[in-house]
Amino acid sequence: MPLDVLRRILDPLRTGIVTSRYPAEPALLAPAARRLPVVDAARCDGDASCVGVCPTGAITLNEGVWTVDAGRCVLCDACVDACPAGAVGRLGSPAPAYRPAGAADPASAAAERLRVAVAAKLGRSLHVRHLDAGSCNGCDWEIAALLNPYHDVQRLGIDFVASPRHADLLLVTGIMSRNLREAALRTYDSMAEPRLVVAVGACAISGGVFAGSPEGDDGIAGTLPVDVLVPGCPPRPESIVEGLLLAVGRRPAAS
Amino acid sequence: MTMLAARLGHPIVVSGPADEHLLHIGRDELPRAVETLSEAGARHVMLLGVDERGLDADGDLAVEEVMALPDGPLVRLRAALDPANPTHPAITPLLPAAQWDEREAYDLFGIVPAGHPDPRPLVHHEPRPGEPPALLKVGPALSVEPAAPRTPFHAFVAHGEGVYELPVGPIHAGVIEPGHFRFSAVGESVLHLDARLFYTHRGIEKLVEGRNFESALAIAERACGVDTVTHATAFSRAVERLTATEVPARAVKARVLLAEMERLYNHVGDLGNMCAGVGFNPGISRLGWAKERLLRLNEGLTGHRYLTSTVAPGGLRRDLDPAGVAALDVAILDLDREVRGIVRGLVRSDGFMSRLHATGIVPLATARRLGALGVAARASGDAADLRLDRPAEGYTGMELEIATHTAGDAAARFHVRTHEVATSARLVRELAAHLPAGPVRVPLAQPAAPGASTLAGAEGPRGASWVWLMAGRDNTVERFHLRTASFANWPVVAAAVPGNLVPDFPLINKSFELCYACTDR
Repeated sequence: MPLDVLRRILDPLRTGIVTSRYPAEPALLAPAARRLPVVDAARCDGDASCVGVCPTGAITLNEGVWTVDAGRCVLCDACVDACPAGAVGRLGSPAPAYRPAGAADPASAAAERLRVAVAAKLGRSLHVRHLDAGSCNGCDWEIAALLNPYHDVQRLGIDFVASPRHADLLLVTGIMSRNLREAALRTYDSMAEPRLVVAVGACAISGGVFAGSPEGDDGIAGTLPVDVLVPGCPPRPESIVEGLLLAVGRRPAAS
Repeated sequence: MTMLAARLGHPIVVSGPADEHLLHIGRDELPRAVETLSEAGARHVMLLGVDERGLDADGDLAVEEVMALPDGPLVRLRAALDPANPTHPAITPLLPAAQWDEREAYDLFGIVPAGHPDPRPLVHHEPRPGEPPALLKVGPALSVEPAAPRTPFHAFVAHGEGVYELPVGPIHAGVIEPGHFRFSAVGESVLHLDARLFYTHRGIEKLVEGRNFESALAIAERACGVDTVTHATAFSRAVERLTATEVPARAVKARVLLAEMERLYNHVGDLGNMCAGVGFNPGISRLGWAKERLLRLNEGLTGHRYLTSTVAPGGLRRDLDPAGVAALDVAILDLDREVRGIVRGLVRSDGFMSRLHATGIVPLATARRLGALGVAARASGDAADLRLDRPAEGYTGMELEIATHTAGDAAARFHVRTHEVATSARLVRELAAHLPAGPVRVPLAQPAAPGASTLAGAEGPRGASWVWLMAGRDNTVERFHLRTASFANWPVVAAAVPGNLVPDFPLINKSFELCYACTDR
């Protein structure tokens, strides 16, 4: 039916360009969007209900100092709702991707050598292999969303490949389940050097809500060497893009 | 019940509320009771192990088979087992829908289904010598080793001249979850498919034990990241049943609104995935954009693109965002119109539809026998849908036609989904315009009695998911079991594949669009 073929060709013209300009422009967030909670110490009356209701122990109060662990937070907003003084608010933008504690100082000579090696080998192109190591499927759907016309990561030189042998970077979700550990290790072993690992989501970073499960680890760091962590439950697609760019040195780490 | 008593030859004590009968029977009476109920038209809901000894040292280690009678009430057949030798006659030979349930109880409780046609390990991939079964309550001193030592898993493969084996996974080529498939094929035709799942098993049912309802919910609803409303609603309803809590009217309708948004974004995405199964790029792209907009509407409503952490025992965690609700009418009208246009284009494309027709056929008898649920059942002509079957779903007073098809092939599943998209879009717009005023949450009316147990279900995008919940002390979880529609439908996928071409497997798989995470838990 030639008319239908014609329509199929003309449709995109009618739709126009829907693609995001991220990272050149900030991510579009709904006003209600959940983000990493922050405690306003000036308004806090020391009630600490937020600590008790957090399902992952992400909020801690230590000698009068509040810390919110982005790698544990599952964005449930229980702390925001529980605070009688309204002192728990939200960060303005999604929690940034970060490098693991103890990773080489990004300014160090060793880190610079790795960055140069990665840049020389990969240029602006990055081939990614996704690995679900025991997730709830939420992070994985946000990764899949990177390929939709809105996020369209191919515009940034990033693409997903079918085999770890073709991949520069392993994008890992989930807690590292007992049943998948061997396959995860063999996937990593199949990759050529230089290779990078990005942990996506609270589960891959800290076990998330599944921390303490006898059927897996509290994150992938015990099994794979992690270069960058992307917090969230699940992280927004833009945050995953940010993590990928950070891993290959195309974006500075947030301070 | 009188018929059952006659068949078993003794009176039965029935306890529990009117829509849920709990019957204690002898373990050897299990097959006869199942047979009697099946003859009365009852269907398998779930089978699970229950260990009451954590609350009460004199409690039972038991197996419970739950069936739903056609007129509504659930029948729970609980049979106490000998803790030293926990075995019961398998019901799978009579009720093939229970095949994975019995294998799971074998893995997690060491409960042996004697006479099961396929007693291979299901959940645990490696034998675990020296470890007590994961869900038994008592310490190693009192625990039992399974009567027969478990043998390691082996794939069932066909042998013969020209037959070859094709292993696929657990790590796949696309951005999807892990699972291992072993095809036995002749030329391009599949003779047999053996699936091995549970790679994403996180031990959720063990993890929630002893936690209070609120923190257990945070884990339970993340059994699957894209069915969170379904699972949170089923869990919350179970808690509400145990605590005699009446949910306020606004929360009842808001839950329906959220459930329909969940169905919408999943179905629209799944139609796009079927295009991916065929390799039809215009469909993948346009439906991907439609799904992205639905996820943004979700964020506007609840702050979360996948609606997580919104439904809670007693109602909703917090009210829907008014601006998000107000945006729905125009946005959903627009999206519905656009998806209709895309679907019309797909249906007119012979290249697309010819791949779907007569691919992955599930005859009605097979769907019934294996206990298919949701779209998979309705596409084969089985109109089961909890939204209509159970008034607790909150759909009373709403016009709801259940889309069915008779062909049972990928095309039928495609058509059922497109009909359900249109229905969900209409329901969302109706609900957004007429949400009752009032509070969205009430405190639990009374503490749950320790040892009390109940079931609650919810019809999700993939079909009916059921939560079985037993309360511990101080409103905690003593035992939680989640049987999802994906768990029910995987054996149906395996049955739909033989006779098809190997390259059609991705399409058949995507036409069911099952979730591995909510199967594996």
